[in-house]
Amino acid sequence: MFDITLPALAAQLFTGLVLGGIFVLLAIGLSLIFGLMTVVNFAHGSFFMLGAYFGFFLLGLSGSFWVALAVAPLMVGALGLLVERFLVRPLYSRTLDDPLLLTFALSLVLIETVRLLWGKIGLSFNPPPELAKAVNLGFSMFPLYRLFVIAVTAVVLLLVWLFLERTNLGLIIRAGSRDPLMVRALGIDFGRIRLLVFGIGTTLAGLAGVLAAPMRGVYADMGVTVVIESFVVIVIGGMGSLVGAVVAGLLIGELVSLTAYFAPKLAEIMVFIFMAVILLVRPSGLFGEAGLLE
Amino acid sequence: MIRRLRAGLGAHPVPVFLAIFAALPLVTPYESLATQVLIYGLFALGFNMLYGYTGLLSFGHAAYWGLGAYGTGIVLAKLGVTSIWLGLASGLAFAAVGGTLIGFFCLRRRGIYFAMLTLAFAQLLYFVGFHLSDWTGGDDGLRGIPALPLALPGLTLSIDSPTAFYYFALAFVALAVASLKRILESPFGTVLQAIRENADRAAACGYDINRIKLLSFVFSALFTGLAGSLEALRLHVVPVESLFWTTSGQVVMMTLLGGAGTFFGPFVGAATFLVLEQQLSLVLESWPLVIGLIFMAFVLFLPKGIWGTLTGGTHYGH
Repeated sequence: MFDITLPALAAQLFTGLVLGGIFVLLAIGLSLIFGLMTVVNFAHGSFFMLGAYFGFFLLGLSGSFWVALAVAPLMVGALGLLVERFLVRPLYSRTLDDPLLLTFALSLVLIETVRLLWGKIGLSFNPPPELAKAVNLGFSMFPLYRLFVIAVTAVVLLLVWLFLERTNLGLIIRAGSRDPLMVRALGIDFGRIRLLVFGIGTTLAGLAGVLAAPMRGVYADMGVTVVIESFVVIVIGGMGSLVGAVVAGLLIGELVSLTAYFAPKLAEIMVFIFMAVILLVRPSGLFGEAGLLE
Repeated sequence: MIRRLRAGLGAHPVPVFLAIFAALPLVTPYESLATQVLIYGLFALGFNMLYGYTGLLSFGHAAYWGLGAYGTGIVLAKLGVTSIWLGLASGLAFAAVGGTLIGFFCLRRRGIYFAMLTLAFAQLLYFVGFHLSDWTGGDDGLRGIPALPLALPGLTLSIDSPTAFYYFALAFVALAVASLKRILESPFGTVLQAIRENADRAAACGYDINRIKLLSFVFSALFTGLAGSLEALRLHVVPVESLFWTTSGQVVMMTLLGGAGTFFGPFVGAATFLVLEQQLSLVLESWPLVIGLIFMAFVLFLPKGIWGTLTGGTHYGH
């Protein structure tokens, strides 16, 4: 009934890894921001989208994909800093729902602004010529650009891990997501830590956006489905757990990719069914601690 | 005037509601606006029951709105049922089943996870609605919902004209408003508000808060489903966007503009939103941008919403 060949299956697994990498980059930012400041950043998908649009803009300006890849995430991160400072910060004393409501409205505003500036029609974004070819992996041909995305994701993950585990700042961030009150009592300027983490999270979202642009095109609401799926990744992985975000992100990537191969119509639905199963058997997520951050 | 209105609404909310809405079509520029205020107001009322009165922020109320609409639409357009009553009943049944199932799953996680889970399950239904096109019409929407007469014992009324449909919808919405008042004044309603204020304390008082939350979720889904069902009868079509996240966002904005946790906030918010949408879209193509900015300003500076600020309620108001 299905035309299943091993090489095709292996190629699909690689595609899942690419997709999973994008999820991981988004979920780590969401998870860091949530862990430290209990803000569910609904606009995370819009920062992802902005990464793609800024990348497109910079590509047109400089003609170089590498400039776009390096600068666009920083531009997104800079915008993220402004958002934290002027929009999210006034809400820390309110209920947990208020930042979510605000970032929801912000995502509407960002989507409409982008439509106003770049038009309603999606844009196409070509991978750089040096990566626009296929390589032979031994079992099948695979686009070089996608291998590049896997490599970048892996490097960035390693850097984030080193930052969190091996630097003083990382230590403060980890401590802050466990017990913000105690961190503050030790005389640490928590406001600046929050600002920094929001900046890092949005930069990662922007990076995911530029990386995804050559694979899925650039359009104004490209971030919405992705952010909902990243929420699912976090629910499955366990909120606040970085290992959870990585494992669940890759799992979801593979799940979507394999379902798209066997039953294309179910690809989008499987993510949510998987989430429902996890909620039944392990409500706190694969790596989450029950009751943490609830 | 506001003060007198407030006093009147406080003492006899349901008759005053009826009086205002009986006269509304006379003052709106066209009747369909009045009908929309009524139906979207009911949608926001359903959302408000869960967020404003129980303290649970759902970002997926499009699910029950869409289930109500498809529940009615599928029975009338696909199964050839010719009773408007059965159509409405089916919409309510869809919403109740959906609300019970999704509520059960979402209430397995507390706090902020809840919002994300409701959003995720609504998105799941959107994809189901999109792909199950034999039943839902998929991307084209569910078309061909017939204009049926209203069969009452002894007489049959046509509700085809905009005016007749308005008063038909008003009967149901008034019934919903009266039921909400009844629910909020019951011991159950008191516990809901206790959960909103402090869930741990309510649990310590011996209430099974998960069961009560689930019940509130199902009631909320029923009100929302009724609104969706009425909308399907009004438009004779169910667009697949009914289940889309933007619809969930819209009801969140309506309720908070009006004032979450206030009795009439949802209707005030729905009216404000719809008038804004209508006026802005005449002059500006990117009107959602303006609505988004207004909503951001409300979250930052006017969290009680219009009605909540006018009536001087607490953050949620009463």
